[in-house]
Amino acid sequence: MPAIAKAFLTAIWFMILTLPVMGIKLNLLENRVNWKFDRILWLGVAVFFLAMLWNWCFARKARGLPILAMPESIRASLDKVSGNTGLKRTFLVLLLAILVAMPWLGSFYQTNIMISAMLYIMLALGLNIVVGLAGQLVLGYVAFYAVGAYGYALLNQYFGLGFWACLPLGGLLAALFGLGLGFPVLRLRGDYLAIVTLGFGEIVRLAMLNWTSLTGGPRGISDIPRPGFFNMEMDLNQATDYIYYLVLIAVIITVIVISRLKNSRVGLALQALREDEVACEAMGVDITRAKLSAFALGSCWAGFAGVIFAAKTTFINPSSFTFMESAMILSMVVLGGMGSISGVIIAAIILIMAPEYLRAFSEYRMLIFGAIMVIMMIFRPQGLISGERRNYRITALAERDARAAREGN
Amino acid sequence: MDIQFFIELFFGGLTRGSIYALIALGYTLVYGIIELINFAHGEIYMLGAFTALLVAGALGIYGFPAGGILIVAALVAIVWCAAYGYTLEKVAYKPLRGAPRLSPLISAIGMSIFLQNYVLLAQTSDFVPFPRLLPEMEFLAWVDYIMGPSDFLILTASAISMGALWLFIRHTRMGKAMRATAQNRKMALLLGINADRIISLTFIIGSALAALGGVLIASHMGQVNFGIGFIAGMKAFTAAVLGGIGSIPGAMVGGLVLGLAESFTTGYFSGNYEDILAFAILILILLFRPDGILGKAKVQKV
Repeated sequence: MPAIAKAFLTAIWFMILTLPVMGIKLNLLENRVNWKFDRILWLGVAVFFLAMLWNWCFARKARGLPILAMPESIRASLDKVSGNTGLKRTFLVLLLAILVAMPWLGSFYQTNIMISAMLYIMLALGLNIVVGLAGQLVLGYVAFYAVGAYGYALLNQYFGLGFWACLPLGGLLAALFGLGLGFPVLRLRGDYLAIVTLGFGEIVRLAMLNWTSLTGGPRGISDIPRPGFFNMEMDLNQATDYIYYLVLIAVIITVIVISRLKNSRVGLALQALREDEVACEAMGVDITRAKLSAFALGSCWAGFAGVIFAAKTTFINPSSFTFMESAMILSMVVLGGMGSISGVIIAAIILIMAPEYLRAFSEYRMLIFGAIMVIMMIFRPQGLISGERRNYRITALAERDARAAREGN
Repeated sequence: MDIQFFIELFFGGLTRGSIYALIALGYTLVYGIIELINFAHGEIYMLGAFTALLVAGALGIYGFPAGGILIVAALVAIVWCAAYGYTLEKVAYKPLRGAPRLSPLISAIGMSIFLQNYVLLAQTSDFVPFPRLLPEMEFLAWVDYIMGPSDFLILTASAISMGALWLFIRHTRMGKAMRATAQNRKMALLLGINADRIISLTFIIGSALAALGGVLIASHMGQVNFGIGFIAGMKAFTAAVLGGIGSIPGAMVGGLVLGLAESFTTGYFSGNYEDILAFAILILILLFRPDGILGKAKVQKV
């Protein structure tokens, strides 16, 4: 059994590899070494099975088969359902009804989780414009989120502007930052772009951290007002519900705008840009404009999300805007499928909800996010739901072909 | 301007810069051969520091003679990190040969996050003190204001290892094969060079150098944390780009220039903006001279 032998050797290799970091635990107080051989052993067992699975997946991939194939009958009925517009509408209405009723059905805690999940959906959809549609890997996306959040907090602190004035301003400010980043990096491609945007994100965070006189440094800004509703007095519960509805509306608007954008002239230009920059330019697309509009649109969305985030938490500091946040949003886009709206939404919900409800799992959250990025790239680079393209069919042509076929017979 | 202060900063910068250069070599070697920014390289450096810390701590507790501890710990760290680098390439990058360019990059970012959290979960999120293992060096007494034992160790160890790398690349069969693969992978394959093996070798060498850097910096700074790889990796990458990515002397020069620049800004202006400086240099270089100081300009082919 060579496969088993191979998996066994892999397990041994990993047990040796992880021996120092996993196996040794120093107890400096009592001056003792705690050897954790049990951890190594469990790891070996896990690696053994994972290696078998890994090889099996590769064997399937090599033969050109999907890793997980749905049975034909289920797929046929799914196709039927997704083709049925009426059923789809009913489903959407039902989903909307559940979402609207959510604050009454769920507890305060659940409402809060839903709010943060929906904020991440907004962010992931925004990043999806830049990474998924336009194919520009931006690693400092959280910087625009931070610009929105700090924009609201500072405008409120120094000029007394309210939430509703700051929402568009925050988006605008973030879009300006996006353009400011976009202009100089127009020439850069692929990995260099990724690094520059990562550097940009870190500069923004470090500036917030060190410019103490303006931003309060690591202490952040507190007492940011929640959004008002015609000067109504609201207690914490009501305010949370109110923000919930705000975010829900924001998400719905995001989904509508982005799905319209995708098949628009700009959206198609962006997708052409993703596929091949040179060919895209040769087809007469203004690359400069396409890239800049992708940056501006994507960052604008992060700005909106940032303003809402600041209003929700009423307190912000630079530690909410680290590279790990950017990586988390990116892993949502990667898991969901670049360019796919429904995929990204599902991925964002899974990645935010799963750690909240499976407490045992929450410690391993970032570990799993990292692993997801690697595994998805290797086995399913198009994501859970691959970005669907609109198909254009000329009915007259199809009819002619059908007629030709009939007459041929 | 005080000349003694200047010299102090100069040597501080050299020490820092040679660590950056050691890590930058890993980036530049890998980029030269497979055109991938190995995002997880900073994590290998962190693993090196952590492995050395754990091994040194365990040996110290078992009463091993102090003089040998650092050497054994450094050797273990280098060997294990070379193995980590090899495994990293096999797991995360090899299956993605020939995939679109963004795929291995995203995989590398994922690996970086994975390795950070692996150390965080297996060990701790706190800063861990690194044991003092260096003997007092009497012959340094007359320059003790500019150079402690650890600075001396860093400068000599990195000079020796970079020299060895240079000789290896220039004068051995394997080094020649590496250069050939970097120039043109297809042609190298046609000439009978096993490209897979060369790529593995590149990762092993790069990771070993990063581990050495990790051990040296840990014994210099006196503490280690799971997050040190990110910023160090970014700075080393800056150094690699500064010198011209893909160029080995470039990485060395870039590391030293960055180290000196940081040291002087910290000394004459303020330490707050030290990290911003590195990122700003990175962005400016990528925008205005993406081929670096020693790199050659490339024309994009369609």
